[in-house]
Amino acid sequence: MIRAIDYAREALCLAVCVAAPLWANKVAHTTPTENHLSDTIQINGETKNVVGLDGVPIGPTWHGEFFLGADPNGRDIMVRLLYGGRNSLMIGIVAAFLTTILSIVFGVIAGYFRGWSDSIIRAGLDVIWSFPVVILGVALGVALALGGIKLGPIEISGDSLWVPILIIGVVYVPYMARPIRGQVLSLREKEFVEASRAQGAGPFRIMFTEVVPNLTSTLLVFFTLLIANAILLEAALSFLGAGVRPPNPSWGTMIDDGIDRISTAPHLTIVPGVMLVLTVLSLNVFGDGVRDALDPRAKVRLER
Amino acid sequence: MARFIIRRLGQMVFVMFAVSVLVFLIFNVIPNSDPAVRMAGRQASESTIQAINKEWGFDESLPQQYITTMEKVFTGDLQSYITQLPVNEEIIKGIPRTFSLAIGAALLWMFVAVCFGLYSAVKAGKFADRFLTIIALIGISMPVFWIGALMNHYLGFKLGWFPNGGYVEFTEDPVDWFYHLILPWTALAILFIGFYSRVLRSNVLDTINEDYVRTARAKGLSERQILLRHVLRNSMIPIITLWGLDFGAVLGGGAILTETVFDLQGVGQYAADSIGQLDVPPVLAVTLFAAFFIVALNAVVDITYAILDPRIRLQ
Repeated sequence: MIRAIDYAREALCLAVCVAAPLWANKVAHTTPTENHLSDTIQINGETKNVVGLDGVPIGPTWHGEFFLGADPNGRDIMVRLLYGGRNSLMIGIVAAFLTTILSIVFGVIAGYFRGWSDSIIRAGLDVIWSFPVVILGVALGVALALGGIKLGPIEISGDSLWVPILIIGVVYVPYMARPIRGQVLSLREKEFVEASRAQGAGPFRIMFTEVVPNLTSTLLVFFTLLIANAILLEAALSFLGAGVRPPNPSWGTMIDDGIDRISTAPHLTIVPGVMLVLTVLSLNVFGDGVRDALDPRAKVRLER
Repeated sequence: MARFIIRRLGQMVFVMFAVSVLVFLIFNVIPNSDPAVRMAGRQASESTIQAINKEWGFDESLPQQYITTMEKVFTGDLQSYITQLPVNEEIIKGIPRTFSLAIGAALLWMFVAVCFGLYSAVKAGKFADRFLTIIALIGISMPVFWIGALMNHYLGFKLGWFPNGGYVEFTEDPVDWFYHLILPWTALAILFIGFYSRVLRSNVLDTINEDYVRTARAKGLSERQILLRHVLRNSMIPIITLWGLDFGAVLGGGAILTETVFDLQGVGQYAADSIGQLDVPPVLAVTLFAAFFIVALNAVVDITYAILDPRIRLQ
């Protein structure tokens, strides 16, 4: 943005973290779910088993295939990392988008109309806000895993990626809708809104042409931080078994798999975790910088 | 004052009721499958399913089911679908463990965050401030179960400095209790230290420019006295609100990830262990339990403010 050059490092790091998974199918020598239990590879002229006779997978080779080692099924960690990144990032971005849309709808309606619609929306947000984020995510995850969702013609099975997306998209709504409502409350009293009203614009026209455009900087900051938090929550839910379901890889399920085998193959835990931390950290630094540049006094906080 | 407290408590009861309805709806309306069929297992006969329906009351109307479920929650009759053990007893077993984790971690994160935030603000723009800011951002970017698992493996298992997970009763051996909880406290506190120190830093920077701080300086107070008495006190208010809510969440089992990764067997882990088998009653009860603490602590924070600041009572 204004001082974009200051954040070039974070932007570059983020670009690599985001772009690499997009090219996953171009660079990968295998698929994320293909087992290589009995394969051997050549490293510096030595032949090594991908998965040892004792079931311990090979660690990082730092060469071509199995660059970051294998997991106990002989699946290439690097390939899984890239494909898992696709899922994690996709869930993060789509969920953040969903939260943003819902928050705009609720926040703007509550703040603009006030009165009874405000009371109802605020009460609803207060109720959702009364749960710890992870616990509410787990509760919804269990409920949805029981039989998926069936809403008229739309049917989503319990192991679909849409389940974590919907859960994460919903639980963060109060954290974003409340500050939006607050901003709309003050925006609606501004002269330019009154001018528009005097010209005969209806409430919805005012909302979309006058109010929402003035929320852009807040929305941008929130969106960046929401993606970061959504990726973290996806990992947490997958770790607890209420998020992405195997054999779909995601950084969360990979860490979950790794923690069970941390004593024999710590690289299974470290590798996806480092990737996740780098992505989330770049997003947080980036969002922070954008906020400082646009509105230094705003206080944005999502996690509970 | 009494009127304010009564009104606030009435509000709390209302929110708790709405919360319980939402939790009930999550588990009874969202699932797109028949609980009796699920419990009966594969190839169950029609009569078995009907018997389960009758025994668990799945065939009654939703309001009736809600009332029965809430009755069970309060009388302690709620049972796990899988193990058939009473849910309330399992939660009560987990309470001392969860509370030990929550109280220690909450004190730790508050103390460290105040030190970091204050120091960061005093050194604003200097190297120490930038360094602490980066540390705080890394702290909020790490999944707590990931750093917890790494600490447990490297500091606990590899180096042997700390016990490798588990919990010892305080009444059994207070020293061992403390020793077992050092890693979980630290892992849980990291995230909050990151948030709180940053919020405190910006609050301190806002307060430092207030008139009363300039007056204090003009009176000839030492920088130390100004910082601790005038600046810090006033910057703490938003932090204490956050602290009340987060402390409530952690007391209610919100530290589900930390409990699970360090195998503390607390309330949160009880819910976590029930997820794999899609065992609804434990998850339902823990969700209610957690919400109760947040709602209650929220009310406590509001009432405390009303006592400290008379203007709030009138709003």
